[in-house]
Amino acid sequence: MDRSVTRDPQAPARIDLTGDPVRRRRERSVRWLLFTAAGFSVLVSVAIVVSLVGEAFSFVRDIELGQLWDDGWFPRRGRFDIRTILAHSILISAIAMVVAIPLGLGSAIYLSEYASRGVRRIVKPTLEVLAGIPSVVLGFFALTFITPEILQRLFESAQIFNMAAAGIGVGILTTPLIASISEDALRAVPGSLREAAYGLGARKVHTTLRVVVPAAVSGVVASFIVGVSRAVGETMVVAIAAGASGGSLLSWNPLNGGQTMTGAMASLAIGSDQVAGDDAAFQSLFFVGLLLFLITLGLNAISERFVRRVRTRY
Amino acid sequence: MTSGALTTSDVVRQSLTTKGVDRRGTLLSGALLVGLLIVLGTLAVLIGDILIQGWATLTSRGAEFATGALNPDPALAGVGQGVVGSILLMVMVIVVSFPLGIGAAIYVEEYARDTRLTRVLTANIRNLAGVPSIVFGLLGLAVFVKVMAGVTGGRTVIAGGLTLAVLVLPIMVITASEALRAVPQELRQAAYGVGATRWEVVRHHVLPVAAPAIFTGAVLTIARAFGESAPLLLAGAIVGNFLSNGDMGIGQQLTEGKYTALPIIVFNWARQPQREFQEITAAAIIVLLVLLFIVNGAAIVLRDRFERRSMYG
Repeated sequence: MDRSVTRDPQAPARIDLTGDPVRRRRERSVRWLLFTAAGFSVLVSVAIVVSLVGEAFSFVRDIELGQLWDDGWFPRRGRFDIRTILAHSILISAIAMVVAIPLGLGSAIYLSEYASRGVRRIVKPTLEVLAGIPSVVLGFFALTFITPEILQRLFESAQIFNMAAAGIGVGILTTPLIASISEDALRAVPGSLREAAYGLGARKVHTTLRVVVPAAVSGVVASFIVGVSRAVGETMVVAIAAGASGGSLLSWNPLNGGQTMTGAMASLAIGSDQVAGDDAAFQSLFFVGLLLFLITLGLNAISERFVRRVRTRY
Repeated sequence: MTSGALTTSDVVRQSLTTKGVDRRGTLLSGALLVGLLIVLGTLAVLIGDILIQGWATLTSRGAEFATGALNPDPALAGVGQGVVGSILLMVMVIVVSFPLGIGAAIYVEEYARDTRLTRVLTANIRNLAGVPSIVFGLLGLAVFVKVMAGVTGGRTVIAGGLTLAVLVLPIMVITASEALRAVPQELRQAAYGVGATRWEVVRHHVLPVAAPAIFTGAVLTIARAFGESAPLLLAGAIVGNFLSNGDMGIGQQLTEGKYTALPIIVFNWARQPQREFQEITAAAIIVLLVLLFIVNGAAIVLRDRFERRSMYG
């Protein structure tokens, strides 16, 4: 600003616009308070990473690396075969996806393209109820209903604790999640695309399968990835229904019991009733946790990229 | 019909009229409907199964079961300590995550400019929301139970409550942010126009309008924390039939700090092989679901009441 301009001496003194100092001070402190609240989440992230990495590092330092590639996961006996629990996590997540992808995507397509308003108004809240059911409840259901009433009738060799039941339970848990994210993606497809398809004489099937679903494919894929991420991290269903005590040998047979990464963590947590001490078994908890954290972080990052693609398109 | 006999108009008419039913269309809509029915049916079977298994215990023992203490004998065991523990945990969650979550949301939505720092902040919150709950349990174990033992007293309800509060914090921020974003911009501009400061705009104009949505989201988040158990396994909730000496009441839970929670009791009982435990597990689940239903119902009632009053819907 040009300060050299001479002011008209007759003009009134400039009005002070800086405002009431009390008001300004309050404004500043509120701003700081809110900023601190927002910064707290960063603190939480840092705390997670630091505590996981610290203990995981001392775990890797203290054991011989061969113990990570041993026969089976038996932390109390010093056998930390990471392949075992990783394989079981993959197996259970795969079973969960076999259940949740068709059911979730099917429900999403039906709700977005076929259902009348009345049906939607009933079904949507029902799905939300299903989404709100605690995972311990599904674990109990998997153990006391899915295993004896379904699996053991179909397969005689199914054990009481088995990974198939846990996988189905996790699948039921992730279905509403996949349904709701996919449905959002499908409903985000502009109506003009559907009308254009109808205008060309396409039937509803073709409009749905060849126009709407392909247009929403990024969001649909994102919902699958979020589903996998959720399934890998799901703990209680696995801890109850897949058998969580002691340890386990690697098995690709879903009718056997087995520990996943989360199951192993839950088992360690309750093993001696209390997680205590600084021995290798205790520290392995953090090593597995770090692995789980990195896997879910990666999956979520990928899914976010897919979601952003939908958003930029429409 | 021979092709030679067809006139042009025949061909056109044939291709325009639907030949029979739309098989593929019916097949698809049928399959989709079946999928949806399976999902709804599963929910019905799940609830029905649990009601059938737990009904006997609830009708014969009722209030005594809901308020009784844990016991190694399934015929005597109750879920009272779990109910009290869960309620204490929820109080902690409310006290910690409400102000932090809503404050963070206000900062991000109303104050922060679109800088790199802000983007890091929001990306961080989104990422935290996707972290598995058991990892938060590890955080609780390492930080709230061990490092901050002087403040929390170790494996106490305070450590557990803080763990759950941190777990739901990102969800709280996200739902509150959405509620704030739904407030029309004109409202803010009008308030600035008459000389309000930023905080005055937020406090007197934005928050009252966003309040119903914020509260509904917050209550639903609380409901989520209520059913959570994996992090508590690590953050010091007691798993077991312990306390067999009996009546650890609210007072003891507060002073000694030892705690358990309703979902933890469900988990522990579900692992017991005896048939009697299976029945009381189902009964405990009914208690858990009823409490969840009350919390969720409160959210819906709250939303309806506020919405009728609000002019912004």
